[in-house]
Amino acid sequence: MPAKLKFDQVKIGDEIPPFVVEGVTRPDFVRYAGASGDFVPLHYDQTFVEAAGIPTVFAQGMFTAGLLSKALTDYVGVGQVRKFKVRFATRVWPGDTVTCRGKVTNKTEKNGEKIIEGELEVVNQKGEPAIKGSFAAACA
Amino acid sequence: MAEQSIVGKTGKPFRFPIEWSKVREFARAIKDPNPLYFDPELAKKECGGIPVPVTFLQAAAFWQDEQSSPGMGGFDLRRILHGEQEFEFFKPILVGDVLTGVARVANLFEKEGGRGGKMRFLVVETEYTNQKGEKVAIARSTLIETGQAVKAS
Repeated sequence: MPAKLKFDQVKIGDEIPPFVVEGVTRPDFVRYAGASGDFVPLHYDQTFVEAAGIPTVFAQGMFTAGLLSKALTDYVGVGQVRKFKVRFATRVWPGDTVTCRGKVTNKTEKNGEKIIEGELEVVNQKGEPAIKGSFAAACA
Repeated sequence: MAEQSIVGKTGKPFRFPIEWSKVREFARAIKDPNPLYFDPELAKKECGGIPVPVTFLQAAAFWQDEQSSPGMGGFDLRRILHGEQEFEFFKPILVGDVLTGVARVANLFEKEGGRGGKMRFLVVETEYTNQKGEKVAIARSTLIETGQAVKAS
């Protein structure tokens, strides 16, 4: 698997280059439903959500987590992630702009691999956290 | 009522074949144009095969049925939130692999919530092995049942 990072060159505090998606859309949620098999109607069925007292459909948490994982693998390389953990906070609504980002908080060795650990987050255009998370990834 | 007795209960093993068309579709859905998901020759050279996105195991939903679920602890499906999700990876997962997943209720507990009243938490761990019998990943989902119907924030 292609490691993108050399352990010795990574410093604690290094930032993961942000991945910004401007204005997520209902079709984005529908596409994710189809790709993941998550057909919870809260994410695409306007009639259903209105009956539940919610103004509009909102993103699957795992759609937003998927965007965040792209920011991470662009930084560490595909196949390098050893742990990826997300906690869902505020919801992501159609039209929201989300920024996926993170930073390195620790360097260690585990099972003979050089591992970096860090924090992850997704924030909306108001700066509210949609996701707080953490990761571990192997380096060369 | 939360049934504490379901902790440790497992579902029936389910098969999860890793298919390229589904991997590509998933990569598009999360807006990831990385050529390793789309170019088999490049992927073979760099990874030994086409890899999967970090959260791809979420698509196991397609391959699970009621019997492969260890149960929902009597949770009210209208009041459920996905609270947390975690993946740990031990070996590469590549297109062509056939994974076997076993879901297990890892924990069930209650907490006093804020707006939502009493909240119940259900942690389900799904362990995946590949066709060689190697443990490749664990997916850990925390579901929350709120005290009242979920409303817009």
